[in-house]
Amino acid sequence: MITESLFFSAILFAIGAIGVLTRRNAIIIFMCVELMLNAVNLSFVALSKLHGVAGQTFVIFVMTVAAAEAAVGLAIIIAVFRHFKSVDLRNINLLKG
Amino acid sequence: MPLFYTFNFYLFGIIAIASALAFVTRKSPVAAALWLVNTMFSLAALYVMLDAHFIGVIQVLVYAGAIMVVFLFVVMLLNLGQGSATTTDIRAWRGRLAAGAVGVVLVAQLLTMLRVRLPEPGPDAAPPVNAITGVADSLFTENLVAFELTSVLLLAAIVGAVVLARRTAPDGADEPGADA
Repeated sequence: MITESLFFSAILFAIGAIGVLTRRNAIIIFMCVELMLNAVNLSFVALSKLHGVAGQTFVIFVMTVAAAEAAVGLAIIIAVFRHFKSVDLRNINLLKG
Repeated sequence: MPLFYTFNFYLFGIIAIASALAFVTRKSPVAAALWLVNTMFSLAALYVMLDAHFIGVIQVLVYAGAIMVVFLFVVMLLNLGQGSATTTDIRAWRGRLAAGAVGVVLVAQLLTMLRVRLPEPGPDAAPPVNAITGVADSLFTENLVAFELTSVLLLAAIVGAVVLARRTAPDGADEPGADA
């Protein structure tokens, strides 16, 4: 089961990374990051079956940080939307010079 | 390993991957979010089958229940649900090229990983009778400081989210309470 779990985890992580690189909607990119975090959590849980319960404890911390990140990130997206009237990354290029 | 168990494990894994693929290809953010919820439910089922029952419950409650609701709430708050605003959401060739390269590298890593056969836990590694006890022991003894620090992180995140999302006055005046 552990090898299969790592397989699923790697596929999900790759899908998340591809989503981050191919999408332009900031909210969808953000959701792709959440998908990548979930993929890593699956690895942690699978390996915790082999190496003890510390992996599951770490998953709880990852989820907490993900929740905090979602709250702050969505607040930033709301602030950006108020300024640019868009969440399309093509319109958000102030640092491009 | 019973056949029923193996079948369900693969079933939920394939559902998770198919939902993730549907998630990255949807144009509408609402449809994408709902496919992602489906992925997270399947992952919760995988966690339960890997004897991590508490993590499975937390996955449904926190990820599928709380985080995704916040995402949907923001999508609807910003009124991004229409397809017209997102028809050109997929990036041009440069983004697709980078994504293809990253995908190839990740799949290559995956294939090298598959050549290493991990040892499966022996039959003596029986699942714990009380699934929460192990996590609680680890969380409240050796990781207690980190657990307490998490509360500070959450408080900082709440304050930061409120400050960032607060509407400031149009003339740039940034006095607290000047504009609701």
